Amino acid sequence: MRAKTLTLIAALVLLHLILLFAGFFAPYDPTTQSRELPYAPPTRLHFRDSAGLHFRPFVHNWKTSAESDISETYKEDLSQSYPISFFITGSGYKLLGIYESHLHLFGTTGPARIFLFGTDGYGRDEFSRVLFGGQISVAAGITATLIALFAGSVLGIIAGYYGGLVDESLMAVTELFLSLPWLYFLLGVRAFLPLHLSTLRTFFLLTGVIGLIGWARPARLVRGIVLSSRNRNYVLAARAFGASDLYILRRHILPATFSVLLTQASLLVPRYIAAEVTLSFFGLGVNEPVASWGNMLTTLQQYSVLTSYAWLLTPAAALVVTSVLYSALADVFHSQLESLTT
Amino acid sequence: MKVFARLTLLVCLFAGSCFAAAPAPDPAKPGEELFRLSEVSGLYGGHLTIGERAEPKTLNPVTSTDAISREVIGRLMGDLIEINRSTQQTEPALAKSWKISPDGRTFTLQLRKGIRFSDGHPFDADDVVFSFTVYMDEAIDSPQRDLLIIDGKPIQVTKLDQYTVRFALPRPYAAAERLFDGLSMLPRHLLDKPYRDGHFAQAWSLNTPSTAIAGLGPFRLKQYLPGQRIVLERNPYYWKVDRENQRLPYLDELVFLFVGTEDAQVMRFEAGETDVISRLSSENYNLLAREKSRDRSQLADMGPSLEYNFLLFNLNDLRGKKLDEVAGKQIWFCDLKFRQAISAAVDRASIVRLVYGTRGAPLWGNVGPGNKLWINQSIPHPPQSLETARQLLKSAGYSWNSSGQLLDPAHKLVEFSIITSSSNTQRLKMATLVQDDLSHLGMQVHVVPLEFRALIDRVFQSFDYDAAVMGLGGGDADPNPEMNVWSASGTSHLWHLGETQPATPWERELDQLMQQQMVTLDYAKRKQIYDRAQQIIAGNLPFIFLGTPNILAGASSRVGNFHPAILDPYTLWNSDELYVRGPATERAGTR
Repeated sequence: MRAKTLTLIAALVLLHLILLFAGFFAPYDPTTQSRELPYAPPTRLHFRDSAGLHFRPFVHNWKTSAESDISETYKEDLSQSYPISFFITGSGYKLLGIYESHLHLFGTTGPARIFLFGTDGYGRDEFSRVLFGGQISVAAGITATLIALFAGSVLGIIAGYYGGLVDESLMAVTELFLSLPWLYFLLGVRAFLPLHLSTLRTFFLLTGVIGLIGWARPARLVRGIVLSSRNRNYVLAARAFGASDLYILRRHILPATFSVLLTQASLLVPRYIAAEVTLSFFGLGVNEPVASWGNMLTTLQQYSVLTSYAWLLTPAAALVVTSVLYSALADVFHSQLESLTT
Repeated sequence: MKVFARLTLLVCLFAGSCFAAAPAPDPAKPGEELFRLSEVSGLYGGHLTIGERAEPKTLNPVTSTDAISREVIGRLMGDLIEINRSTQQTEPALAKSWKISPDGRTFTLQLRKGIRFSDGHPFDADDVVFSFTVYMDEAIDSPQRDLLIIDGKPIQVTKLDQYTVRFALPRPYAAAERLFDGLSMLPRHLLDKPYRDGHFAQAWSLNTPSTAIAGLGPFRLKQYLPGQRIVLERNPYYWKVDRENQRLPYLDELVFLFVGTEDAQVMRFEAGETDVISRLSSENYNLLAREKSRDRSQLADMGPSLEYNFLLFNLNDLRGKKLDEVAGKQIWFCDLKFRQAISAAVDRASIVRLVYGTRGAPLWGNVGPGNKLWINQSIPHPPQSLETARQLLKSAGYSWNSSGQLLDPAHKLVEFSIITSSSNTQRLKMATLVQDDLSHLGMQVHVVPLEFRALIDRVFQSFDYDAAVMGLGGGDADPNPEMNVWSASGTSHLWHLGETQPATPWERELDQLMQQQMVTLDYAKRKQIYDRAQQIIAGNLPFIFLGTPNILAGASSRVGNFHPAILDPYTLWNSDELYVRGPATERAGTR
């Protein structure tokens, strides 16, 4: 159980580190177009050639052959092989948005290219785009969760702690928000915003809107906990000793909500990542050429792309992996919470 | 298994509807002047199914505007003179011959004698005079009316005898006979009453019973099922015959199935549920080509279309429009060197490669390689050169800051957005490629996909945009349909709409040339004038031309006489000649 939890946490940390340092892990700039290689399939890694087995993998270049009337096909150019190098300098990027760097974990030298997940219709490296797109999508999910939890816990505590009319009116509002068909609501909200927004503004608008709609459920949960802990003996004792509201909230009530908030967070993050992906999929998120998992998937709306280029589904796979990890984390938090309370 | 069951059901359904009542072709009558197509042969019977993206909106040939309605109506109606889609030349249709007076102002048309509408009623000069009266009636507001009003004066149509009609034009009009293509002849006996009663525009809706609709086309209306399909059946009195003097069309029925989207069209075709598909994108074409090994379909790449896609800058007069931000950017857009720099920076080869999957052609002018009769071959085709672009910008006073961003002569950052239709993936892709090309010049360009109506509103009405990627053309090879784009007062004079006076000397010359070509009857002289117009357009770049797609179409291998063309309607223009190959010929065909 413990080992499982550790593996899970390690996997999550690794995922976020990779996304955080996407510039380093991605071999190419996500917007660079290799126009001679649209829809190139994933580069194959080779270990064996006529000289025998190699410890260091090598790749061949794709060559296009328009041999028939049928669409061009990619074939490996076996005449040349290029070994994969590690820690090489390549295109520039900003690490954490601050440090200018040119170092990449891996890459190839010379004319060779390495496209682990193939390329999209503009010849952009899908692998690099999945990493950079993940930055946007996951960051949107986390930011929106933080907003939702913050708003939810503040309002939940107020409602639970003060009760009465405040409680009733706030809970009525949560009911309204819970019954909103949120996807349509988001589509509607986005349609009212100006058309041309910078990536940063779009990002904050998106996360703000997603987060502000999502506060209702955590608010109800927090309210319930506050309501039950308000009448606990230690709280009553503290009050009898003349403790202020603020003291009681900080010292006794907030800690009680902590584990619930953690569970909520791990449940909400994947949900809000999916929300961002959905909005971008409909063209309402960040605009090209900036990558996000959602806008990368929009090209699959075309039947011919969907049926021909399976590697363009990798953003969806990344979304699934992230969601599974987060839900597993929610499970862990939930069972921890149960073992604490029982 | 399931698919089989569904297919069998479908086949049964169609077979049922086919055998129900397919009128046999009427035997030729003495004195009936039929049009013999001496090279056409085929087999009678069967039906073809075509998948349409949407339902037609009306069956009224005078008021219809959308492409799908026109495609269906085109099968029901006949014209006096037709443009043969494969030769791009005019040929006699309901008019068996015509004479042009030496001054080019009078056309005398001799109608075919003894031919009948699809309800059996005879056709004569009265129907022609009636049809033109309706087309030119201001109250009905037909989209074709503009073509028939020359210099504000309508064409005079006079009946000389039962089978002779004279058209008098207010002034010479080049290639005037091409005007007749697309002007369907209406049955006076059916439409005179609604016209007199003043509700012509409501006549021939989709709910009109099939007996109240008759035309001179190869087919007539049989049934319309809302949301599902429209079924046409053979016109037993059609006026064309094949090599063996058999009356056309060969097909018993033509079925238009409403499938919804382009992708659905492709899927239905793949599944064998539809027989003919046109306006294919290169990606879908390639998808079908990969399946071609099954020998179930014949695909055709007809080469570059007549459509031109371009990047357009907003050069409209914005005074009094409260669009200061756009007006500030117009200082760049109005600068010819700026536009030349952009044209030099655009990688057209990549557009053809990535947008059209090599099934297209790059463009440097408004007339593309598909229009062999009118293209000016001397227009230069410079390859992409960022160096040239930088030189041009530098000579116009532009500079770059330390992080490589382009600054205008007033040291303002060059930043603008390109709007395009979100539903057109090809143009969206073009805009994204242009954005990347221009980023190499240090320009900050944003691509904004808009819903089509919103786009049209901004380009035609509010002028609230910087630049747009759009497409035009494709109707006819002749320069006349281009009048509304290049003459200053034209309705599609997109870069500067509603110009009362040409704003620049080159626009003045272009306007004069366009007016001049319209009244020049001699092809060589007219070509010379139009060549000069193309030269002006390519040199002054009101549009930055990008590329044109190839016309791609397909049909199931059982369709005979399938000859798609680069003029609209691409595949159904010879629907009267299409036939279904019998089992024997099918075997021979796939050998």
